[in-house]
Amino acid sequence: MLYTIIAFDELKTDYKNPIDQCNTLNPTVEKVKKIKRVKIALKLVLPEYLIHAFFCVMFLCAAEWLTLGLNMPLLAYHIWRYMSRPVMSGPGLYDPTTIMNADILAYCQKEGWCKLAFYLLSFFYYLYGMIYVLVSS
Amino acid sequence: MQLPSGYGSHPPNYSAPSGHYSQVPNKAAASHLDNQYRASYYPTYYSAPAQNVMTPPVGTSVLNTQESQQLYNKTPPHTGGSAEGPIQGAISSASYLHTSAQQSYSAFGNHYSTSVSSSVASQGFPLNSDHYTMPVVSSAVYPNVSYSAAAGSVYGQAFTSQSLPAVGQFKETNTFSSQSTSVPHSLQQHVPVGYNTTLSTVSSAQSVQDNLCRNLAGSVAKVNNQINAGGIDSSQPVHPVSQSVLFTKPGAGTAVSSAVISSVRTPAPSLSSQPRSSPSVTQSPELALQEAIDSSSTTSSASPVLNNYDALEGGGYPEARSVTSSPVPAPSVPQTSKASKPFGYGYPTLQPGYQNAAPPTPVQPSNSGHHPGFQHYPQQYPGVNQLSSSLGGLSLQHSQQPESLRPVNLTQDRNILPVSSVPAPVPNLNSDLRKLNCSPDSFRCTLTNIPQTQALLNKAKLPLGLLLHPFRDLTQLPVITSSTIVRCRSCRTYINPFVSFIDQRRWKCNLCYRVNDVPEEFMYNPLTRSYGEPHKRPEVQNSTVEFIASSDYMLRPPQPAVYLFVLDVSHNAVEAGYLTIVCQSLLENLDKLPGDSRTRIGFITFDSTVQFYNLQEGLSQPQMLIVSDIDDIFLPTPDSLLVNLHESKELIKDLLNALPNMFTNTRETHSALGPALQAAFKLMSPTGGRISVFQTQLPSLGAGLLHSREDPNQRSSTKVVQHLGPATDFYKKLALDCSGQQTAVDLFLLSSQYSDLASLACMSKYSAGCIYYYPSFHRSHNPAQAEKLQKDLKRYLTRKIGFEAVMRIRCTKGLSIHTFHGNFFVRSTDLLSLANVNPDAGFAVQMSIEESLTDTSLVCFQTALLYTSSKGERRIRVHTLCLPVVSSLADVYAGADVQAVVCLLANMAVDRSVSSSLSDARDALVNAVVDSLAAYMSTASNLQQSMLIAPNSLKLFPLYILALLKQKAFRTGMSTRLDDRVYAMCQMKSQPLVHLMKMIHPNLYRIDKLIDESTIHVNDRVVPQPPLQKLSAEKLTREGAFLMDCGSIFYIWIGKNCDNNFIKDVLGYPNYASVPQKMTQLPEVDALSSERTRSFISWLRDSRPLSPVLQVIKDENPAKTDFFQHLIEDRTEAAFSYYEFLLNIQQQICK
Repeated sequence: MLYTIIAFDELKTDYKNPIDQCNTLNPTVEKVKKIKRVKIALKLVLPEYLIHAFFCVMFLCAAEWLTLGLNMPLLAYHIWRYMSRPVMSGPGLYDPTTIMNADILAYCQKEGWCKLAFYLLSFFYYLYGMIYVLVSS
Repeated sequence: MQLPSGYGSHPPNYSAPSGHYSQVPNKAAASHLDNQYRASYYPTYYSAPAQNVMTPPVGTSVLNTQESQQLYNKTPPHTGGSAEGPIQGAISSASYLHTSAQQSYSAFGNHYSTSVSSSVASQGFPLNSDHYTMPVVSSAVYPNVSYSAAAGSVYGQAFTSQSLPAVGQFKETNTFSSQSTSVPHSLQQHVPVGYNTTLSTVSSAQSVQDNLCRNLAGSVAKVNNQINAGGIDSSQPVHPVSQSVLFTKPGAGTAVSSAVISSVRTPAPSLSSQPRSSPSVTQSPELALQEAIDSSSTTSSASPVLNNYDALEGGGYPEARSVTSSPVPAPSVPQTSKASKPFGYGYPTLQPGYQNAAPPTPVQPSNSGHHPGFQHYPQQYPGVNQLSSSLGGLSLQHSQQPESLRPVNLTQDRNILPVSSVPAPVPNLNSDLRKLNCSPDSFRCTLTNIPQTQALLNKAKLPLGLLLHPFRDLTQLPVITSSTIVRCRSCRTYINPFVSFIDQRRWKCNLCYRVNDVPEEFMYNPLTRSYGEPHKRPEVQNSTVEFIASSDYMLRPPQPAVYLFVLDVSHNAVEAGYLTIVCQSLLENLDKLPGDSRTRIGFITFDSTVQFYNLQEGLSQPQMLIVSDIDDIFLPTPDSLLVNLHESKELIKDLLNALPNMFTNTRETHSALGPALQAAFKLMSPTGGRISVFQTQLPSLGAGLLHSREDPNQRSSTKVVQHLGPATDFYKKLALDCSGQQTAVDLFLLSSQYSDLASLACMSKYSAGCIYYYPSFHRSHNPAQAEKLQKDLKRYLTRKIGFEAVMRIRCTKGLSIHTFHGNFFVRSTDLLSLANVNPDAGFAVQMSIEESLTDTSLVCFQTALLYTSSKGERRIRVHTLCLPVVSSLADVYAGADVQAVVCLLANMAVDRSVSSSLSDARDALVNAVVDSLAAYMSTASNLQQSMLIAPNSLKLFPLYILALLKQKAFRTGMSTRLDDRVYAMCQMKSQPLVHLMKMIHPNLYRIDKLIDESTIHVNDRVVPQPPLQKLSAEKLTREGAFLMDCGSIFYIWIGKNCDNNFIKDVLGYPNYASVPQKMTQLPEVDALSSERTRSFISWLRDSRPLSPVLQVIKDENPAKTDFFQHLIEDRTEAAFSYYEFLLNIQQQICK
């Protein structure tokens, strides 16, 4: 089960996202650095979506229907989220001019933590699946 | 000296309160005082009463002018050197108050008024004379002296210094006015009281006296009333100042008067001057004058503050001690007097006025007893003061609050508009704090009583937020130069009047409650030249101050002011003819552009190509460089496109003269705005600065091209309004890049067709620029717009500008910032990045309460605006606002500021309509009224549910919301062009409150029968004050003529049967039929009615930075729809009338 290894990657990408955003809440010293970091983190959203979509495709190929079913809602959410993103020419999801709005920030943060939890759970689930497959084979 | 009191005035008041309680009872306290102290103090106090006596005649005469001044924001000349009589003096003093002092001093005004009107003065006089050694003669002298002083007074301090020498009192030369006063009585005792104190003392003393007298008289109630009224009335504050001036006289002595006059000129002695003056006994008038001039040349009045480095002689502390001993701890506000400080101005104590309200009354009798005793005096005063403040609290509790809470039946009360403009509510603070608080013009909160918890706020259903006008033009502003700017070490708050001094060495931050050390330098008060009085420093005496920042506050050395003009020269633009106006205005104002010798300027024009102009010094004529590769724009030469304004002035003038004719035969219809902007960005990025873009059509070439998105058939749709958001993010990204390079983009859109302002506006929105829009602009076909452009440009080019600015808003722990509104880029949760800041920009901030505020009784908000002035100085302008916390819903409603609420809601609604939809935004607005009124009615259980009741403070709420719904930005059902709508939204986000309110709810006056009744005097002109009319056609009569003030435009509507005399006199035409369709000016006819009308209009104009355009409208004029659409109380096909709207609200509440 190769999937699990890649899942690690995915987790990492998402991990960075919410934490960096939290950092912006406590602006104290190195603001410029942080702004740069946040920018990078915000750009990682797209890879995250792609990786997740890739996973779903792999699950589909492996005929893991249950896992796929678990991931479908999130995939749909991602698609919806990307469709309703603010007007922008390049790829990306967050608008730097509105991200500091308290409502949007709070929403994004909550979203980040929820997804983190979901990825974590699914990671362990994949791990369990992999070990199960290894043991049983 | 008294005059300078802007600073000083507070101390006396404060000390007074403390004294009152404690001291009155035990006279022993008085005895404790050092002799020195007494001597110094007493004189000041005493003199004050004496002045009172004298004042009445003067005061009354002065009143009118002062009032008018205040109201109108006119700033009379400060320099008025010689004594020109009472009026002059009054004016100058008024101006002084006006700017810096206004807010804080309103309290004074109250006292003052009382003194003038009442018998107090007479009473006060006897008292003084008894105690005082002061010769009666001095009183006689008063009038003269006082006037001159007043005239000079901008700052007041100046007088003293000079006056002293004349008197021959050498020691005190340096010390300002305060000293002078003190001098006569106690020459040797040097009273450190200093400049601040004197002024303040005077006013306070007066106030005290007044109160005292009143109390004695037994009319406590009156006092209360007055206090209430006074707080609200802005005009009053002026009076105290004038009085204070008078005060000085006694000290100075008769001989002084001439000296005083000369000194008047020197408002701000420079630092250098001080050392000199202090040692030398006699300062020659010339010297002083010189100094004054130097100092004044700097920025303004404020500088004087810094100057005095005086002897330490007068230790503030002995006094302080005596005060402390007094039993009344609560009242003492640290800032006010030395004495008061020790108490700890801490939060809990602050509210004495409020809580202690009851006690004062009983005390009064005892006070009266004290009068005669000389020694008792000091005590008395404080006592009285205390009394007054507590009375103020009382009045607030018992009369004002009820007033603002008085239920108003909206459906029955038809005349809810006030006679004149709607005043900002005064926070329910004790009078000392109220005096110190920030002016509502620069800083307003939607709820002047902050709810304790978010739950309470939610219950009230009112938005909590701030409305800021941080860079407002101020004529008086304390400017502080010091090597260390005192700030809290943990939250970086600037020290402000609302901090508490725990002892002489430590202060407690009022935002995070951290205890900080007072730096050594801060112990020294340059104003009084005394040591050990950190609470008297100007930073602690003024809620609006400006610091000159050190290099710690710079990321790079201050850059020169750089202005780049990007002009559309396509066929469309040439046809409209705007170039002539722009070039003409620029030529006229070239020398007035803010900046120093390094100022640079450049020009770019564009049609389908981009043209640059080489203006390098030494060229015989400007060189045009054309870049036609708009897909990959580059700068044709690395330098000489932005040139030094002064070195290349001739070339620039040549270019401006030639530009309008250079493109007359162009056939180029395309517009490559995007590439031109990219080029401009490249040009500006090394230095930052300001880009002014003039655009006349939809950009059609290169990057950032736009397509028409407006469907004319949908203009009056009631359902969905689309395309309120940008079509591309090109302009937004450009703006963010510009913002990062400290460049702001200002957009002038002069188009006749749709130009997608929603997209274009992004370039200004996120770079902290400003947006001007002139629909259907044409130089000859639309003279009104042409005139408006001209006037706007004049203001735009000459107004103050700050570069590389950031603004941070801090608030007391527990509150947090939710959302910002305005033109800027938000860098972090509390930091706005403003590439440029201009005096016409307003901001709004939504707040939320994150933690309960139960452990504090006051909250503070502080905005700090750090900017580089056009002269290359780094400055920080700090405003601090202090508000009380309340725990009951009724109090929250009592403190609601309906104008601020409406403006904040408008901002929120704009956001909502862009992010969601217009109908959502409209619903949200209606719901805001319905919810808040329903919540109010549920708290007042005794009200009948069948009626629509609003608290008095919110009685205008439904009216304003209805006005908002009928505003161009939010209206539906009426044909509204998309650009008009978007522009209105942009304005809502970026206009300061005063202007926004006029836009939402214009003022209507009837002007055909202007009478002298209730007139005011401004600069010797009589300005009639017609009452506000309801915005309803029922108020329009065919026999009348009406003026509507919409902020940026004045309409004069002439009824068909209007009096021919009026038409002849005011309009200059024989009869109604001969009045032309397009009339934008009133002729100067030598008739009373014409004079009145013109003085009224010019008075209205003077109160705002942009001079509005005047438009005369006849009944059958096509432009009358513009006029009638503002009559928002009337029914239209698509919208409710006011009454229907109320019924609708009532229905929804009952549901």
